Amino acid sequence: MKVNPRVQFIILAILLIISFILILPSFSGVPEWWKGLLPDQKINLGLDLKGGMYLVLEVESDKAVETTLENRAQRLKKDIPELQTKILPGLKIAISVPLSKEDELKAKISDVRLKVVDTKIENDKFTLIATLTQREIREIKNMAVEQSLETIRNRIDQFGVAEPSIQRQGEDRIAVQLPGIKNPQQAIDLIGKTARLEFKLVDDENMKKINIQKLVDEAIKENPKAKDDPVLLNRLLKGKIPDDDEVLFERRVDRETGYVTRIPLLLKKTPLLTGDMVSDARVRENYQFNEPYVAIEFTSDGADLFAQITGEYVGKRLAIVLDNTVYSAPVIRERIPGGRAQITGNFTWDEARELAIVLRAGALPAPVKILQKWTVGPSLGEDSIRRGIMATIVGGILVVVFMAIYYGVSGIIADFALILNLIFMLAILAAFQATLTLPGIAGIVLTIGMAVDANIIIFERIREELRAGKTPRAAIDAGYSRAVITILDANVTTLIAAIVLFQFGSGPVKGFAVTLSIGIITSMYTAIFVTRAIQEFILEKRASPQTISI
Amino acid sequence: MPLEFIKPGTIIRFLNYRRFAYLFSGTLIVISIISFFFGLNLGIDFAGGTELHIKFNRNVKISELRKTIESLHLGDVSIQRFGEMGANSFLVRVEKTSSSLKKGVSNIVSEALEKKFGKNSFKILREESIGPKVGAELRRKGIEAILFALIGILIYIALRFEFSFAVGAVLALVHDVTITAGMMNILHREFNLTTIAALLTIVGYSLNDTIVVFDRIRENMRKLKDKVKDLAEIMNISISETLSRTVLTSLTTLLVVIALLVLGGDIIRDFALALFIGIVIGTYSSIFVASPLVLAWDSYTRKRKKKGRS
Repeated sequence: MKVNPRVQFIILAILLIISFILILPSFSGVPEWWKGLLPDQKINLGLDLKGGMYLVLEVESDKAVETTLENRAQRLKKDIPELQTKILPGLKIAISVPLSKEDELKAKISDVRLKVVDTKIENDKFTLIATLTQREIREIKNMAVEQSLETIRNRIDQFGVAEPSIQRQGEDRIAVQLPGIKNPQQAIDLIGKTARLEFKLVDDENMKKINIQKLVDEAIKENPKAKDDPVLLNRLLKGKIPDDDEVLFERRVDRETGYVTRIPLLLKKTPLLTGDMVSDARVRENYQFNEPYVAIEFTSDGADLFAQITGEYVGKRLAIVLDNTVYSAPVIRERIPGGRAQITGNFTWDEARELAIVLRAGALPAPVKILQKWTVGPSLGEDSIRRGIMATIVGGILVVVFMAIYYGVSGIIADFALILNLIFMLAILAAFQATLTLPGIAGIVLTIGMAVDANIIIFERIREELRAGKTPRAAIDAGYSRAVITILDANVTTLIAAIVLFQFGSGPVKGFAVTLSIGIITSMYTAIFVTRAIQEFILEKRASPQTISI
Repeated sequence: MPLEFIKPGTIIRFLNYRRFAYLFSGTLIVISIISFFFGLNLGIDFAGGTELHIKFNRNVKISELRKTIESLHLGDVSIQRFGEMGANSFLVRVEKTSSSLKKGVSNIVSEALEKKFGKNSFKILREESIGPKVGAELRRKGIEAILFALIGILIYIALRFEFSFAVGAVLALVHDVTITAGMMNILHREFNLTTIAALLTIVGYSLNDTIVVFDRIRENMRKLKDKVKDLAEIMNISISETLSRTVLTSLTTLLVVIALLVLGGDIIRDFALALFIGIVIGTYSSIFVASPLVLAWDSYTRKRKKKGRS
């Protein structure tokens, strides 16, 4: 493998010019004429260096399937009012009717696209267990994740974060990256809200008859968790309140003290109107109390429905329910045409802003759960960068000095190759807009140590050949050609490990695999081709080389 | 006169010391494995939980901090000082995670600390929280990653060299990884994703030296075919001839790893430490362990073949 130094130098010069063009935008601003004409992408800094938040969310897509099951079963209710449903584990629903309605249920079940898996008769009741087809379950789950992704993206866009990244990960996960975010908890609140808005009628008639507060207190005594879990609370209250009703808490905030009280309300279970029909939501100010409220606007269908409902139930209370919490329950004074409504609830400005965003962006089709989260403050990131650069410089100097002392002129040539290698690494990182993380910086440092390994292998071989009595020219030829195979074998195995690491790793660790892989590849070029070209060039310049400095 | 650490022409009969090497390595491996049984210090990546890096701007006693956080009922609490002396930085780890999205662990801790130590007396620099499900998943994937890397390397070396070389190289790698993990465990270092990254790097890197030696053995097997019949002797010559580059390549890499260890900061320190141990052990194993294992495998298969024939 001979190289012509002149050709090599031209190639090197071209590569260096390209590299500088690629690197420049990452380190300084580029002039206006540069943009559009030349690449201006930068090396991205990872969240661990820049500060920010990383979240992995799991969409509980089973819940979306359960909602579908429930909705379909409920559609039978208008024909069979006595019908009762219960969600079973394994994405099934049990539908019970009196024995007399057995045939009717059997006849109608396929109309609502439910698949029967089992039936049984028990205590004068006929129970049918139904599910959905596997394909439909898959579709619903997939849709739930896609919709959640879309909704979360909308919410974050409206929240205003620079360069967020929201990606689907595997079957039911969503990875969210929010660089430079100041208040992580607020962002989490925003992302996590299911934001299911419902308008439900307050069952004032029965509230007069039943002492709701007493029942709720008893239920909470029985299981303290029921205090914050409306589903559990209503399970405990079953039989004590009308079947069509449920108990939810109204949240009231004292204007003076900010103290929050929760008052149980008896509501009709079936919502009259839901958030799907909201077309817009804005924060407005109530000048009387100097506090914000959220003004919502319905779609045209929603406006018609709202007018009809308010006309029908004049004098009754309509509860505005968001994620199972009642925000207000005003009395309907008159029919409201025009499709506008207000949500008041003693909000703070941040709360009102959040609420408006989630209403505009739409509801999540299923709840989401945090699987993994990390937040890094910006000061820690800056500190990491400073230390990383320091370690790179000191490590680099140690290696450079060692090589120069041990191998003389050849060592200095290797040092030159090492610096070129760093330049090329940064250029490739910029070209691919790769993300530089803290372990990534460690990868760069490590590459400095490994890049000269190739030269050590070559130089040791040349020394051996010289000792065997070869002329410098022959020794260099033999040294390079023999060592190249060894270097290739050694680097391929390191590359195998780095690729596995890239496949397996997440976030910062991935950054390490990236810089390590790039470094291995660029170092092979600089340590083999560039140093050889320089060695050849020096040999040519000298009249009759008897010795070389190695 | 060039600078030389190892005098050219020196031949050390490394394979004569293989019994000592086996004994030494065996002891280290046994100690490592015993230490695993005494318990792994799993990081939250693998165990699940929440880790907070809290920095106070005044002196805070670790016992005070512990009492405050233990009163919050967040499961097992572990607190350690972090960073330079007198930095008042702490790593607080609790068992609970905040999957519910409502009120994060950092909020709960933050509120309690505000009450106890005053507002603006501290900063939460970093929070990491991993649910138990993801923890178990990462654990499985971490082990898989190391296995896949080893298998990939086994295949590559088997293709490029003889199979016995692949066996020797991979066993030597298992040796390096086990001892590095064991030493880290004995030093009470946390086992986390970064440790896996370090172990994989060691898998890739410590092989470099082994390959340089193997390459020379392959070359000498051809060159010295008529002069030296004994594989062990060829190995001795080859290891000796390549000794200076084995030592030098490790040395330059160690130089930068030491720079990382000393200057890279607290977050990267454990990673650098694992690399340091791994490179030292890896260099030792490419000289004293890998070739003897090739020899052992070679004579074992030869014997089996003979037996099969008779």
